Amino acid sequence: MNRNPNLQGYKGRVRELLLSAGVEVGDEVRVVRDGEVYEGVLAPRIEYGGEDFIVVKLRSGYNIGVRVSDGKVQVEKLPARREVRYKSPVIPEAKATLPSVAILGTGGTIASRVDYRTGAVTPIFSADDLYGFTPELAGIARIDVETVFNIFSEDMTPKHWSIIAYKIGEYVSKGIDGIIVTHGTDTMGYTAAALSFALRNLPVPVILVGAQRSPDRPSSDAALNLIGAVTAAAYAPFAEVVVAMHKGLSDDEVAFHRGTRVRKCHTSRRDAFKSINSDQVAVYRDYKIEMLTEDYRRRGEDGFRVEAEFEERVALIKFYPGFDPKIIEWYIDDGYRGLVIEGTGLGHVSSRCIPALKRAVDSGVFVGMTSQCLWGRINMSVYRTGRELQAVGVVPLEDMLPETALVKLMWVLARVDDVGEARRLMLTNIAGEIFRRTSFRWYA
Amino acid sequence: MDSLEYEALGLKVGLELHFQLATRYKLFCRCPATLSEGEAKLRFERRLRPTQSELGEVDPAALFEFRKGLTIVYEADDRSTCLVELDEEPPHSINEEAVDIALTIALLLNARPVDEIHVMRKVVIDGSNTTGFQRTCVLALGGWIDLEGKRIGIQSICLEEDAARIVERRGDRVYYKLDRLGIPLVEVSTSPDIHSPSEAGSAALAIGKIVLSTGKVKSELGSIRQDVNISIRDGALVEVKGIQHLSLIPKVVENEVRRQVRLLELRDELRRRGLSKSSVDPTLYDVTDIFRQTRCKVVSRALESGGVVYALKLSGFRGLLSWLLNEGLRFGTELADYAVFWGRLGGIFHTDELPAYGISSSEVEALREAVGATDQDAIVIAAGSRDNVEDGLKAVAERVLIAFDGVPEETRRAEPTGVTRYMRPRPGAARMYPETDIPILVVDPRRIDHLRSNLPELPSIRVRKYVKEYGLSRKLAEELVASIYENLFEEVCRSFPSLPASVVASTLTETTTMLRRRGVPVDRVSTDRLYELFRFLAEGRMFKEAIPDILAHMAGKGVGVAEALEELGLKPLTDEELVEIVSEEVSRSGELIAKHRLNAVKIILGSIMKRYRGRVDASRLAKMIEDEVGRSIR
Ligand SMILES: [Zn+2]
Repeated sequence: MNRNPNLQGYKGRVRELLLSAGVEVGDEVRVVRDGEVYEGVLAPRIEYGGEDFIVVKLRSGYNIGVRVSDGKVQVEKLPARREVRYKSPVIPEAKATLPSVAILGTGGTIASRVDYRTGAVTPIFSADDLYGFTPELAGIARIDVETVFNIFSEDMTPKHWSIIAYKIGEYVSKGIDGIIVTHGTDTMGYTAAALSFALRNLPVPVILVGAQRSPDRPSSDAALNLIGAVTAAAYAPFAEVVVAMHKGLSDDEVAFHRGTRVRKCHTSRRDAFKSINSDQVAVYRDYKIEMLTEDYRRRGEDGFRVEAEFEERVALIKFYPGFDPKIIEWYIDDGYRGLVIEGTGLGHVSSRCIPALKRAVDSGVFVGMTSQCLWGRINMSVYRTGRELQAVGVVPLEDMLPETALVKLMWVLARVDDVGEARRLMLTNIAGEIFRRTSFRWYA
Repeated sequence: MDSLEYEALGLKVGLELHFQLATRYKLFCRCPATLSEGEAKLRFERRLRPTQSELGEVDPAALFEFRKGLTIVYEADDRSTCLVELDEEPPHSINEEAVDIALTIALLLNARPVDEIHVMRKVVIDGSNTTGFQRTCVLALGGWIDLEGKRIGIQSICLEEDAARIVERRGDRVYYKLDRLGIPLVEVSTSPDIHSPSEAGSAALAIGKIVLSTGKVKSELGSIRQDVNISIRDGALVEVKGIQHLSLIPKVVENEVRRQVRLLELRDELRRRGLSKSSVDPTLYDVTDIFRQTRCKVVSRALESGGVVYALKLSGFRGLLSWLLNEGLRFGTELADYAVFWGRLGGIFHTDELPAYGISSSEVEALREAVGATDQDAIVIAAGSRDNVEDGLKAVAERVLIAFDGVPEETRRAEPTGVTRYMRPRPGAARMYPETDIPILVVDPRRIDHLRSNLPELPSIRVRKYVKEYGLSRKLAEELVASIYENLFEEVCRSFPSLPASVVASTLTETTTMLRRRGVPVDRVSTDRLYELFRFLAEGRMFKEAIPDILAHMAGKGVGVAEALEELGLKPLTDEELVEIVSEEVSRSGELIAKHRLNAVKIILGSIMKRYRGRVDASRLAKMIEDEVGRSIR
């Protein structure tokens, strides 16, 4: 008997019952309760379901749950039926003359697949899997696939950003034509900003791509996003860190957003990502990349290096009515080196906070101001509070996104100890994160 | 054929009946569960691709559609459609009102509710669902109905989302409206226990009546599309989809049995002619040059836009393309339907019907020469773009090969005439996997107990009630229960107590049946408009004598009561008009009255009614004439 049978999700007495019947997930079973017979495949139990049920995938394909709490239930293993196997698609050979693209997997919706027999969703990442749902890729580039790690986007930390950055560095030194990072969408914007600062003098495009609908669905946005990303990685003239996601609701265009300017602005739509206070860099349509700005870094420049250290004692604090200044005190006392405030409007917090902020600056903590309006520029000279905040040393961070300012400050404070130097760097445009001019086109 | 002959053929029929639920909201979002009249505000394009695990064993039609580059265009309006239908927001948890109705239906059909409801994704990538799958769940298993002493098994009762409405298909683009997507549907599937067309009809009707007795089902025509699975011994399992009315089911079964029998006879005829699969040569001949000067419009149009004409020779097939399968359906029609589906062609031509359609006999001669055909052979030609013609004729050749085996497994579409046409190959085992976005719903036994103790009355009990409480005759009560108008009847009687229940019931049964027999599309009149008709009747704005004419007009013209009355000139006469008509008629009838005294009233009544039927209440008129005649006698 199998010592470690697959009874995914089953617990307690149901697990005991299944164990004693010698069945595991995927087996043909007959479940009899009070003379009622259910036959089919034993399906895994999803974690959040109640404990007292056996899930049977009936011959018709439907799943049902059979309650076993009353105890009069028999489970019997049936002989296996013809196995329906997943046949690997014939993978078209990519031509040697095509550009080379590396796809680095980090996890997220874009890298999951469903097992149709049991219904289990499993992470995937191999070139074959990719070609499986987007055979078009083979005609665009020669693709290398490497799984760096497989985590949810919300579990990403600055340490993960470093790992990704150094991995990209390896591929760039090998002379790759473009790099794609697949990523969960929730924090993809933060990673994009981090890579924008960490990859200095980038000679090739680095494209983060995700999916709002998983690839196990026929309507997934993953395929188009990937096709757009691979096309750009192979052929686009820009050498910047960008995020590639659907431009609109239709499956026709992919927008490329600058890594320091991009933000997830919708919980679920496939066009959730927007460029804020900036133009989009480019757009993909019908296997072609069209540039949408002249102001971009060209491919092939020299001097590439990776500087991927991040100071984690930096926080992003959102101000709100009634905000307790003790929150700021806590950060100072805990040894934080930098604070990015997400203030109201042009860059304000209640005057009650001014003493705490003064104490922060006086004790060597960098304090920068961004706006929770997201769109528009900080201006702390218009109202008295703003002027007072500046007087105590709070730095207005222009038109920088709060998240980008946070990531940039982490990067800056990992490089310099001097607050004056940190201030200078925070106000210097390093990766397209600060512009001195605001176009009337840049809004919603 | 009688039922014994069907049994001898080994006929097995299973029904999949669908009922749209009249819930307040859709199944997985808070949009209203009604179709929208509004203008589409939003248009967007999508592509659906066969998903990864499917590529090995994919639905061939779906894969074909994808390779052909099908673009799906969706139209949405803001009232009926939200981000859920756009596949831009995860589904909300399942609509509990719909679950209750479906469980009630399950209990009425003696089925056993499941303990836990798991919503599944059933892959459908023709675009009718934005997600590429239909959300569906089984709520109950193993029921039965009693059909004149015979038990028909009910395999399952499922609750699922209705699909988007197809607007049109143009080339490689297909257009859908999203308003219907997500309206709850209950699917009742019977076991293949049905063995004759009439039994299929009565089983469908019996199930329909039981389901309608919940009062929570939309009964308008078009809100129901039925599927039937039909097979005979040595034939094949054929799934007929989209039967528009329950009453059409026997006809569809009858036709399908005949079609399968005729295909088996065709197989035998092929053997008799000494033909075999190896005698089918799939070579396609380019015969474009023969048709350069053709008068056939279809062909010349194809050539003008740079197309080609290809020919497929079918050795020994002379006459077989006209082989009749059903009324108006020949073997050649089946081949054409394959060419249309797989080649996106307008159709094909074949030598069993040529010369015709502008193709001359000299062109046919040249064609025979070009492919080296004798007069024992048949030739199929198709015109269009090279790709489409190749795909289309390849499909024709494949279909011809199947003829040697008999009947192909297919999904077919029911025409309004009851004849079926090829729609697509049968999908493989339905691809189903869990909808992980929707929590599992545990069915609490107390919920079932509650529903069980509040079940609507079954048909036999309702007949008794209508006889007892409404004073209907037994026959009228039975007809009412068999109709789709029972709920309307009760509603009208409740709203308008002055109307005799028998008038309401006979209008909804005898009158509608009579009109239907005359070919009046009376099912097109919505229940709202019927209700309006009774309101007019109750308010004296029309008379019951006018009902048949008004109803026929409403059905034919698609108008309301007020318009029908106006257009037919059936507005009731005013009192002044009546008084004038009566006094004039009576004064004109002096002789008659002198001769017959009071008995003249009947004659005068008859003559006035002849002119003003439907515009006047006969008993009231009789009273007025009586008074007037009495006065004149005095
Ligand atoms: Zn909705």
